Amino acid sequence: MSWFSQTLTSSIGKKLLMALTGLFLITFLVIHAGINAMIFYNDGGETFTHWGHFMGTNPIIRTLEIGLVAGFLIHIIDGFLLWKTNNDARPVNYAVNNPSANSTWYSRSMGLLGTLLLIFLVIHTAHFWIPNRSNQFATGEELNLYQMMLDIFKNIWVVLIYVAGCFSLYWHLLHGFKSAFQTLGWNHVKYNRFVSFIGTAYAIVIPLLFALMPISIYFGWVQ
Amino acid sequence: MEGNMNLSLKVWRQSNKDTAGGFENYNLDSVSPDMSFLEMFDVLNEKLVVEGKEPIAFDHDCREGICGSCAMYINGRPHGPLKGVTTCQLHMRSFNDGDTIVVEPWRAKAFPVLKDLVVDRDAFDRIMSSGGFISVNTGNAQDANSLPVPKEAADDAFSAAACIACGACVAACKNASAMLFVSAKISQLALLPQGQAERSIRAEKMVAQMDAEGFGACTNTGACSAECPKEISMSNIARMNREYIGAKFSSTAV
Repeated sequence: MSWFSQTLTSSIGKKLLMALTGLFLITFLVIHAGINAMIFYNDGGETFTHWGHFMGTNPIIRTLEIGLVAGFLIHIIDGFLLWKTNNDARPVNYAVNNPSANSTWYSRSMGLLGTLLLIFLVIHTAHFWIPNRSNQFATGEELNLYQMMLDIFKNIWVVLIYVAGCFSLYWHLLHGFKSAFQTLGWNHVKYNRFVSFIGTAYAIVIPLLFALMPISIYFGWVQ
Repeated sequence: MEGNMNLSLKVWRQSNKDTAGGFENYNLDSVSPDMSFLEMFDVLNEKLVVEGKEPIAFDHDCREGICGSCAMYINGRPHGPLKGVTTCQLHMRSFNDGDTIVVEPWRAKAFPVLKDLVVDRDAFDRIMSSGGFISVNTGNAQDANSLPVPKEAADDAFSAAACIACGACVAACKNASAMLFVSAKISQLALLPQGQAERSIRAEKMVAQMDAEGFGACTNTGACSAECPKEISMSNIARMNREYIGAKFSSTAV
């Protein structure tokens, strides 16, 4: 193995990949939440569609989208590899264990929360991204995403799945944001509190913003 | 005596590496609250010997919290319920009359159970011999002030060197990761001038050996540091990550 692949497949290397792709996906979520929040203008989707059109057709954004898909895939595959390594490291479990005495449940459940998010991601892309891009490839025309949102979020079960997805995202980010900085070695007395504050704020604001979208449409606050 | 306790103990018994183990129940009466946890085990073992039974094997040496030998997973936590305390320094006053106490060995693939509560921690020694040292050429001792060490670096190195390699970090970690131990050992040398010559190759080799031993990776839950009897800081793991990633991308060792 070359030094490069040796590095990335080591325990710290796998964590490095998780941290880098995790922070990349965190920046993506800012854009995603920002543009989707245009529905709150409540202008019949005019602003949202304007920016959706830009994101869906701009060649630079479309090229970056390949990187986004790669980022998701690396984060998911590397997550499963880490889960395997970590699971194998303790073949016999404790009969009596009290982990809540030393750590938070969500920090110990990143694999579970990540798997829930993966299931949500499949449902979510099947609702919007996959049909829209398929249509673009087939006909060159974009779908009316705003109208699709209004239709899809009429179903209370879909709304509940999206809210559950946002809760998973909240706990995943609550640990993941700070954890990424620790993995990258950014543990410094001058910045620890700042990173912790931003991490917590981010983990609350972004999932809350996302959760408000299906809820607002279901209750007709956004039409 | 007044204040003495009656306890039920559930202890892991396993005759050797290759056989399956199981829990045995023991009742121990009149346990003094002033006994240490290991002294309580001594009393239990004397009782077992008198009864013609096999005493419980457990690791111990200094019994004053500095050697790192004792290793018991007590009621679901390494070294029991107290913070910053080894099993030998845990006293029975931390328990109540009538308690049931469950005692298990450290559980990790890299720490196979040898007998009862004794696990094989040679993996730590192999990690140390892969790079956890400095090479010193023989000759006259240097003048004490020829190597200036900033006070802060000395303090941080000392805090990392407080690690007694007991393995509680591995035992506490949901991934059985040894990163707190390895990071403490890498840090104590990386912070001092004497450690500079082998700094990058040390990080590379010790992490490679750690992985080869079958320890898990770090999820940054902080369980290791919370349970560490020497309260080694998680900042050491961040330093190890910097040392390792920096070494991998800049050293000339291909």
